[in-house]
Amino acid sequence: MNPTNYLILSAILFSIGAGGVLVRRNAIVVFMCIELMLNASNLAFVTFARTNGTLDGQVVAFFVMVVAAAEVVIGLAIIVAIFRTRNSASVDEPNLLKL
Amino acid sequence: MNNTLAILASGEASPGEVVQATGTFGLIAVLIAIPVAGAVILLLAGRRSNRWGHWLGTAAVLSSFAVACVLFLALLAEPDDARTINQHLWDWIDVGTFQAPFALQLDPLSMVFVLLITGVGSLIHIYSISYMDHDPERRKFFAYLNLFIAAMLLLVLANNYLLLYVGWEGVGLASYLLIGFWFHKPSAATAAKKAFVVNRVGDFGLSLAIMMMFATLGTFTFEGVNATVGEANSTTVTWIGLALLLAACGKSAQFPLQSWLLDAMEGPTPVSALIHAATMVTAGVYLIVRSAEIFNLSETARIAVVLVGTVTLLMGAIIGSAKDDIKKGLAGSTMSQIGYMFLAAGLGPVGYVFAIFHLLTHGIFKALLFLGAGSVMHGMDDEVNMRRYGALRKYMMVTWAVFGVGYLAIIGIPPFAGFFSKDEIIHAAWVEHPVAGVAALLGAGVTGFYMTRMVAMTFYGKARWEDGAHPHESSPWMTGPMIVLALGAVVAGYMMLYVGNIEEWLAPVVGYQEVEGGISTNLLIAMTLGVVIVGVVIGWRQYAMREVPEIAPTQVSALTVAARHDLYGDDVNEALFERPGQHLTRTLVWTDNKIIDGAVNGTAAGIGGLSARMRRWQTGYVRSYALTMLLGVVVLVAVLALGSLL
Repeated sequence: MNPTNYLILSAILFSIGAGGVLVRRNAIVVFMCIELMLNASNLAFVTFARTNGTLDGQVVAFFVMVVAAAEVVIGLAIIVAIFRTRNSASVDEPNLLKL
Repeated sequence: MNNTLAILASGEASPGEVVQATGTFGLIAVLIAIPVAGAVILLLAGRRSNRWGHWLGTAAVLSSFAVACVLFLALLAEPDDARTINQHLWDWIDVGTFQAPFALQLDPLSMVFVLLITGVGSLIHIYSISYMDHDPERRKFFAYLNLFIAAMLLLVLANNYLLLYVGWEGVGLASYLLIGFWFHKPSAATAAKKAFVVNRVGDFGLSLAIMMMFATLGTFTFEGVNATVGEANSTTVTWIGLALLLAACGKSAQFPLQSWLLDAMEGPTPVSALIHAATMVTAGVYLIVRSAEIFNLSETARIAVVLVGTVTLLMGAIIGSAKDDIKKGLAGSTMSQIGYMFLAAGLGPVGYVFAIFHLLTHGIFKALLFLGAGSVMHGMDDEVNMRRYGALRKYMMVTWAVFGVGYLAIIGIPPFAGFFSKDEIIHAAWVEHPVAGVAALLGAGVTGFYMTRMVAMTFYGKARWEDGAHPHESSPWMTGPMIVLALGAVVAGYMMLYVGNIEEWLAPVVGYQEVEGGISTNLLIAMTLGVVIVGVVIGWRQYAMREVPEIAPTQVSALTVAARHDLYGDDVNEALFERPGQHLTRTLVWTDNKIIDGAVNGTAAGIGGLSARMRRWQTGYVRSYALTMLLGVVVLVAVLALGSLL
């Protein structure tokens, strides 16, 4: 097994995620891209754990999944709340705090 | 008698033991309590007491005078060296070594003051009943007069400088209230304020003196200071003396704090007679004589007192010679006569007694002259300009007669009161400080001139009245007190000097030394009378034998112009203190507005502007924040990676 390929895949997935966060306006899509980045990092963790023969990376991957789940719960709640008031899921629209 | 002679020879005061008040002397506090009660009742009862307020006020002072007479007889019965009676009422301030008792001291010096204050005060109260008859605030006037009497009695009866200070401020307050009694006139309100402010300068001197006494001697009771001042450093003693002199100058309107007295004539005439002629303005002389032990130790301070007295006696006389306002003329004269008292007090043990002697006779005849002027004003519809008087002799015989007695007393014609007291001062000055002696002699001549001018312009010559003036004699309530004072002005000098022996009476308190050597007394009396007569003749020729113009002539000598402007006293004050003060405050306001506020506001504006610029960086787009974070992470990772590579 060659870990390089996994790491390359991880890097590609992370870049797609980051790019998505930066260019997309729809909050749901931005959210999905964030998930993509989290999972790309999970992949890297698991790969390194396998390479080094330790469990540390695997454990961290679990933590990341838990955090991601919690984040989704809160994030989606916010998005739904914003959508209800403004009829839009665009991340550029909520700008009341801006001068 | 041997004892007295020893005192006279040494010139030292030896008050003997201080005796605690017992028996009759328990009445000392009552002296002050009665007028205090009068003032409190009249002020609290308000308009309800309008009908009887003046009777209560007069009764209060008369009872005080009765008590004073009882005390005087009791004091006479005591032996010479046991006439300093202390009455400790309560501990006023008691903090560590700082102990100020509320205690009164009656001794021969304060006794004569008490008699003068309550005696002349009673007569002026009686006079005011009629003089203030038409004033709707007459009751308040009597309340203030009672307040003044109480404060003045406290001033002369206190047994320590701190309590004296209370009385000192009390008379200042009463003076302020009474000068501004007709405060609806802007001139009166301003004059009251001016008197108050100028007096503050003097009061500063008194508080400095008390602080220095406490710091160096650890006490400020008269007894303590007299006992310990001899051990103090002579420079400190001189400074205490000079600070006391500053205080005395403020209260007694002496150069350089003389400017307030002429304006103080805005007050009702009885006030001018009581406060600004007979009693309060002489408090400075009392202070100096009371501090005789301090001045005995400091030649410098005494010379300063002589200098102040000499300058003021000439200034006052010159100002008095040019004023057309009868009360301002008398005010100039008061300054001048108090100048004589200062001169005498500055001569040391040879002069203290005569300073007080002149103070007493002056208190009587100057009160008389002011009451006479008030009577003339009363008959002339409150006209004060002497150029609009003239020929009043026939219309006001009584006023003319008593004013004439006061006139003879002040210019010093024997056997009237002023002759004895002024002559003693000129004699002592002539021997001790010849220059001051010559000035005093000259002043006597000018006194003769301005008083003759006043009498001639008022009672003689042609009538120059305003249209509609109906001069008439005043009521018996006003002439009565004047007649009593006139009797005093005739006999007081002789009585006090030869019957009462005032030198022996005061010597145990202030010390007394006979003037020795110099000029023969008779020659000096002849010279003084000669100079006075020259002044009288000049005044008579100019103002009785010639026509007096109704409008003051403008083509007059530079000295007259200066004297009409109070010798530019106000201008000097304005140029030296007021203008620079105004410039200073303006500069400070400008500095505050432009520099201090500028710095604060500039900093705030700078930060505000900067933050407005920096705020633009916050676009509000989540994606741009994310990009920034990403770039930041990339840079961090790159740095770490490069770091690990190197």
